[in-house]
Amino acid sequence: MHEHDVIVVGAGGAGLRAAIAAQEAGADVAIVSKLHPVRSHTGAAEGGINAALRDADSWEDHAYDTMKGSDYLGDAPAVEALCQESPEEVIQLEHWGMPFSREEDGRVSQRPFGGLSFPRTTYAGAETGHQMLHTMYEQVVKRGITVYDEWHVMELAVTDEDDPADRTCHGVVAYDIQSGEVSGFRAEDGVILATGGMGQVFDHTTNAVANTGDGVAMAYRAGVPMEDMEFIQFHPTTLPSTGVLISEGVRGEGGILYNEEGERFMFEHGYANNDGELASRDVVSRAELTEVNEGRGIEDEYVHLDMRHLGEERILDRLENILHLAEDFEGADGLTEPMPVKPGQHYAMGGIETNEFGETVIGGLYAAGECACASVHGANRLGGNALPELAVFGKRAGRHAAGEEMGEAEITTGKEGDWDPADYEFEVEVGEVGGRGSAAADGGAVATDPDGVLEAEVERAEARVEELLSREGRNHAEIRSTVQQTMTANVNVFREEGRLEETLGDLREARQAYKDVAVSDPSRTFNTDLIHTMETRNILDIAEALTMGALAREEFRGAHWRKEHQERKDENWLKHTLVSWNDGKPELWYKPTILEGENKTYEPKSRSY
Amino acid sequence: MSTQTPTQTEESNETDAEAEVPSKGDERREEKRRRAAEERSRRQAEEAEKAAADEETVELKVFRYDPEVEGKQEPRFDTFHVPFTKGMTVLDALMYSRDTYDSSLTFRHSCRQAVCGSDAMFVNGGQKLACKTQISELEQPIRVEPLPHAEVRKDLVVDLEHFYDQMEAVEPYFQTNEYPDGELEEQRQTRENREKVKMSTRCIWCSACMSSCNIAAGDNEYLGPAAINKAYRFAMDEREGEDIKQKRLEIIEQEHGVWRCQTQFSCTEVCPKDIPLTEHIQELKREAVKNNLKFW
Repeated sequence: MHEHDVIVVGAGGAGLRAAIAAQEAGADVAIVSKLHPVRSHTGAAEGGINAALRDADSWEDHAYDTMKGSDYLGDAPAVEALCQESPEEVIQLEHWGMPFSREEDGRVSQRPFGGLSFPRTTYAGAETGHQMLHTMYEQVVKRGITVYDEWHVMELAVTDEDDPADRTCHGVVAYDIQSGEVSGFRAEDGVILATGGMGQVFDHTTNAVANTGDGVAMAYRAGVPMEDMEFIQFHPTTLPSTGVLISEGVRGEGGILYNEEGERFMFEHGYANNDGELASRDVVSRAELTEVNEGRGIEDEYVHLDMRHLGEERILDRLENILHLAEDFEGADGLTEPMPVKPGQHYAMGGIETNEFGETVIGGLYAAGECACASVHGANRLGGNALPELAVFGKRAGRHAAGEEMGEAEITTGKEGDWDPADYEFEVEVGEVGGRGSAAADGGAVATDPDGVLEAEVERAEARVEELLSREGRNHAEIRSTVQQTMTANVNVFREEGRLEETLGDLREARQAYKDVAVSDPSRTFNTDLIHTMETRNILDIAEALTMGALAREEFRGAHWRKEHQERKDENWLKHTLVSWNDGKPELWYKPTILEGENKTYEPKSRSY
Repeated sequence: MSTQTPTQTEESNETDAEAEVPSKGDERREEKRRRAAEERSRRQAEEAEKAAADEETVELKVFRYDPEVEGKQEPRFDTFHVPFTKGMTVLDALMYSRDTYDSSLTFRHSCRQAVCGSDAMFVNGGQKLACKTQISELEQPIRVEPLPHAEVRKDLVVDLEHFYDQMEAVEPYFQTNEYPDGELEEQRQTRENREKVKMSTRCIWCSACMSSCNIAAGDNEYLGPAAINKAYRFAMDEREGEDIKQKRLEIIEQEHGVWRCQTQFSCTEVCPKDIPLTEHIQELKREAVKNNLKFW
């Protein structure tokens, strides 16, 4: 048993920033992560960090762009917090030594990015995330913050009152990948989930193999709703064979998209007559796939991204990493030929429901970064807004968890404020197969006694590990692959009712199959088979909630496109989708979007670029 | 082969004690192991047959070891036949082998794009990142082993604690005595200076360099190329200032620091991010000499 004031789960940008902030606020903090911190996927972010640093720019403009990009599904208190605090976080990173790209006068460079009204994206070449992750980890080392690396967090220790708003979180249960030991981590003041993305729910993704949405699924099973899960960002420029990301920075610097006929389709086919290649990501992804579907794709699969005209000097100065990625993972030389690209899953706008301080509906449980949904990004995230989110909301959650007084939150959690039940009837049964009761159900809470809940959860986790290791059954890999394929086939950029229902049916079968899952490697030493098997359960829970949201939201907003519903319907749908686990019986409900900001109300306008 | 497996320690006593009274779980696990082994050899035999009929198959010989699983306590090599697809990397082939034939095949990997630094291994006798090593460029059968000069935990996974300790021994964080006065004001850095440290900041902590270094193999306290490069990254950064640089040079000049390097260039050759490690070490040696002369 380990004990700390604050436990941070995950060691990417949000987790590291949260840990530093909690420690600065006086807490004894520890980070628990299934990867060593420098292996985290923040390191793969390329493009940059948006911050209104210059006199000609303002946080208000950044907030306006972000709200427009979100298709008016962002919540103003969260959006404004991001835009107000991002400049100080960027300067903080610079003061921690982050090697930003520079102007002639030695100041931090900024470049244009999609959907921005001012070139406000600060960057370090095309490897901004790598530099940010390492800079933050350096600060963690400097401060001597405890890191339990290669410990996989299995479940949260949460009490089981009927109403999630009455529940409290007292720590986490984790499995030491090196030794096979199951141990409890008691958190006196708070647990902060910072587990990142969930791209492994899909087949073609820019996300790492480790991005299985563990924190989201864990919080969900403990009673925290998942919010806006149907909003998935498909990045328009990923390499076709691997899903490796080609930064939006390429288009920011002037890169051009061409179809098979050599047409600059963003303009020539009227997808974005003003901004062209630099329209918002959802717009460009749909344009590319429309080109392919109408027979103008190359090899019926992808389009070309050409940056040759930028010249070798500029490319080497600002985009060198892109040359390496295109060469190593697609065999293309970006200096002499256009690079093949197609849309790929990139980012989850939705996640664990939180307020603007990272608090969830469960006392003592926080979330920050990609796994959380405050919501900053609404229906579509702007490029360059993920990295500042990690810093701003990691810091906020860390401080709050450490007990700093931060005032009253404007965003409500759970069914605290206005909410509406959904009246959508799913044709397929959803939720836990055969109900709860066995350890195999692997979720929910077990006791109301705050002192006993962690011990009880450790015991149950140990039984679960023993069961998976000793019994015979199916391998998880096939189940995971089925989920990824049905999600990529039917819950992708273009969505239609029949195929979404079909996927819900596939997921039901996958849940059924998962009941018989077992781990064939009997070892307690570095058993990745066991870890992957537990992750697959998380992937299943997320895929189902995501598809439920995609079916229920009968409109076209941001990244969520529906064949049968080709308009944004503000009268009915200026609201967030929430899915609550309810001990195995998922419940869909809604809460209104907050468009009232500090000084103004964001009036929904038609979104053209 | 330089791959070292750890010697058995007191932990084995525990296993012995358990073995005296086999529990139901142990019996089940034993049975499972036996069946899994049968299934594996059946599938592999099938694949070998297919391989004989089909040229487009890759043959991998993969190092296997697990201190607690019978049959794996003695290191051995397993052969996997993987259908070749264009652009396939060593990591792709390992993942295919694991997901298709043997789910206990163990290796670290995450980002698949050469930035997380998890999957450095010894491929056909050289330190490589599995995710950026193309199968088509390798001679077959492809021999995949854990990194040499590190303790093997299991299969291709090595203990990186020593590597992390060395990385953290050089005060690997930015330090300065003065920040700009203005609120929200960044420190200035020239483009030339940023360019100078750029390559050194690309390190992904994969430890390929440390594994390739003969000096590190013989001197466990040697800081090693990656840690010295980390020191270089800060010592050459003009934002830190002269007095901090002074302190940094003292750290890398210690007994197990830069002077141990014999400029064999093995680190530079294996670095997957093309960092000129040996040059950086040489430059620090020069800086240290200059610095010492200054105080004469």
